[in-house]
Amino acid sequence: MSTLKQASASDLEAAVKRAREALDAHTYETVQWHFHASTGCPFWLEYASSLKFDPLKEIRTYDDLKKFEPFKDEWLRGGPVRRWVPKAFADKPVYVFETGGTTGIPKSRIAIDDFRTDYSLFSETLPDEYFPKGANWLMLGPSGPRRLRLAVEHLAQHRGGICFCIDLDPRWVIKLIKKGWMEHLEAYKQHCIDQAITILGAGHEIRCMFTTPKLLESLALELEKRGTTIREQGITGIFSGGTEFTPQWTRFATEEFLEGVYMTPTYGNTLMGLACSKPVTAEENYKISYYAPQPRAVAEVVEFDDYDTVVDYGSTGRVKLTTLTKEFFVPGFLERDEGEREKPYIKYPWDGVSGVRPFHELAEATTVGVY
Amino acid sequence: MLNIPVLRWGKPYDSLEVDHVTHFMTGEPIAKVSQANGGLLQRDMRKASRAREALRDIPCDELIERVKKAGELYLNATLPIGDGMQTPDDFAHMQSASTGLPEHMCKGNMQKNFFVLSHMDEMLDALTRGLDLNILSNGYGVESRGVVVSYQAQAPAVGLVLPSNSPGVHTLWLPVIPMQIGLVLKPGPQEPWTPYRMTAAFTQAGIPAEAISIYPGGADVGAAVLANCDRAMIFGGTATVERYKGNPKVQAHGPGFSKILLGDDVVDDWEKYIDLMADSVYLNSGRGCINCSGIWASRHTKEIAAALAKRLGPVPVLPPEDPKSGLAAFTIAGAAPAIWKSIEAGLKEEGVTDMTSQYGERLIELERCAYLRPVVVHCKSPAPALAKAEYMFPYASVVECPQDKMLEQIGPTLVCTAITENPAFQRQLTDATHIDRLNIGPIPTIKLDWLQPHEGNIVEFLFRARAYQLPKERLALAR
Repeated sequence: MSTLKQASASDLEAAVKRAREALDAHTYETVQWHFHASTGCPFWLEYASSLKFDPLKEIRTYDDLKKFEPFKDEWLRGGPVRRWVPKAFADKPVYVFETGGTTGIPKSRIAIDDFRTDYSLFSETLPDEYFPKGANWLMLGPSGPRRLRLAVEHLAQHRGGICFCIDLDPRWVIKLIKKGWMEHLEAYKQHCIDQAITILGAGHEIRCMFTTPKLLESLALELEKRGTTIREQGITGIFSGGTEFTPQWTRFATEEFLEGVYMTPTYGNTLMGLACSKPVTAEENYKISYYAPQPRAVAEVVEFDDYDTVVDYGSTGRVKLTTLTKEFFVPGFLERDEGEREKPYIKYPWDGVSGVRPFHELAEATTVGVY
Repeated sequence: MLNIPVLRWGKPYDSLEVDHVTHFMTGEPIAKVSQANGGLLQRDMRKASRAREALRDIPCDELIERVKKAGELYLNATLPIGDGMQTPDDFAHMQSASTGLPEHMCKGNMQKNFFVLSHMDEMLDALTRGLDLNILSNGYGVESRGVVVSYQAQAPAVGLVLPSNSPGVHTLWLPVIPMQIGLVLKPGPQEPWTPYRMTAAFTQAGIPAEAISIYPGGADVGAAVLANCDRAMIFGGTATVERYKGNPKVQAHGPGFSKILLGDDVVDDWEKYIDLMADSVYLNSGRGCINCSGIWASRHTKEIAAALAKRLGPVPVLPPEDPKSGLAAFTIAGAAPAIWKSIEAGLKEEGVTDMTSQYGERLIELERCAYLRPVVVHCKSPAPALAKAEYMFPYASVVECPQDKMLEQIGPTLVCTAITENPAFQRQLTDATHIDRLNIGPIPTIKLDWLQPHEGNIVEFLFRARAYQLPKERLALAR
């Protein structure tokens, strides 16, 4: 037993080392790409001219990214949006995705294939038993200028299915809450749920879905009012996301209405992509630990007063995201979330983050779990 | 340390999320309280009708007897709470430790709850104006004068979003169970104690456990109570009251802005009433909505304010276990300094005088809590903001205002003690719709007659009177 444990510990150690080497190499490649005049985007090339160091020479490892100041989300607000398109991709069809935007100018990022790549990789983590290949999907979540709608549709297509979508505008939802128009909020939610139930009952053989915790809860309740359940509607697998995805909520959903339907939490945003969770089990009190899709993206848990230092394992800090793809380079973006640093494990041999929740200093001003 | 579960129609449920309740002075951990999520409550409400069914199996008269027994148990017995047991002294200590109220005041509130429970038959008789309670059970019946009456329950269970800061409010929901309506309680984060102890007492006295749910939790749970109960009460600030105004499903209880008005015919004898004024402002640490926050008169206001300040200004901060302790601590970080800042801003307005400044610092900040010592201000007119302010500590503004302008200036008033023998003024006061409870004569604002409705009649809130017609032969059977 102890020999086995030692073997597995040394396997993990080796895997962690390999992952780190891969991350360093990927970081070097990404920086070379974004800061080279022939391939880089106007924003980073102009930014490089203001630096006192040459990123092409001095950024060789992931840790070297600390030489950059923290990424300012203000840089993503306003245009021209083309300044973010790498020269090498200038002739490619470009998407723009937005985050937030309830008030003022929303943050935007460009994408060409990243959302497809991220969700193709995520697809590999989904168990076929619950997310059958060829099954059709329902996307019951934020639509409009968000990447999620296209990403989920790609996921369905990548797995051989067709995706049905419900239109949901989260900016309107947030406005309703801020105005205190709770009856309108309820009516809008009901409007979305009604559409979902109509689609589910229309004989399209939908087996899988993306939705948010709040909508999933409402869907389950409404189906029960109509004498049926999510499972009876044919759903076998759900992936979901959001900071309200707490262990208690997961347990509640599992025990109260999922009836064995598989549900996997995810953590992500338009900038980073999608972090998968370690399998969530009752034995571990439904603890949810997320692992970013390294080396394309890195999630770190850093000290509240020193964003260059990761906290100890198990300790609490702010979530810092780094995106390292050829389409988009974001070093050290401080998320509006905090959580605990988790140890690597063999499937994801790098740091994870658990207990994700709104960053306490911003929590009061943040409207979460609204749709 | 106690572990306190969610109660889902009587069944304990340990949540994966807990709130740590600690002693406000020492930081000593007292309890871990399981936190519900809104969805949990929403799903449980599908079974709310069972609460009423279980209660309807027991006649109202029998429920009243059990509730009286529960009162005895609540006051005197060692009762289970979570994974532990709690004596009455433990209860007072725990409630004091988390709410900041001195222990003797917690015991005083226990007496109030006991009084209400032990007089439940009289209270219901008063609130229903002598209605045979079987009519509430059956939904209809024939009164002794031969008239068919029908009272239809508007919800199988009533929801309550309870506050943390004023244990006295629990008296409002105690008559619900004997009227065969279930309870869905969302305790204030600092005051889980009364709902749990009362539920334990009810259960031991034979009230069906499935009639009561308790969901500690965050704002989403409060919202779920209001969204899923067809009748609910919420306790909050002015904004909360405004938000639910006109919503027949929600009874919102907010600040009281309770006042004492001295008529022109008695104001020259103001000194006779200074004890009444001081008690109305100060007792129960000035926390209740029935505590007086404004004393209005046409003259002598500066002298009244000075005399009141002399009485209340020197009140010291004492430890919560001291029987002489008259002030409650603010246990939420930043609350007391924010209130003091608001008062300081108000004091800069023209015509406002701080009458208690000579009695030492008002804001006392300790390591884990803060106190505000009594504040009396004098306002030369009703215009300054402080003339109509109310705070969660002994605060009063003494406002100079001609008697004929008082009623149009005082604003919404939960309890109005009007000291006057002037019949015309008394008539105007009786007719004033912005006054809820009216005391004509020298009655402290904090003295409640429990046989009279408080902020609306709970029977009228829970039951709707309606027409119910029967053929004559069935009418005879219904008698």
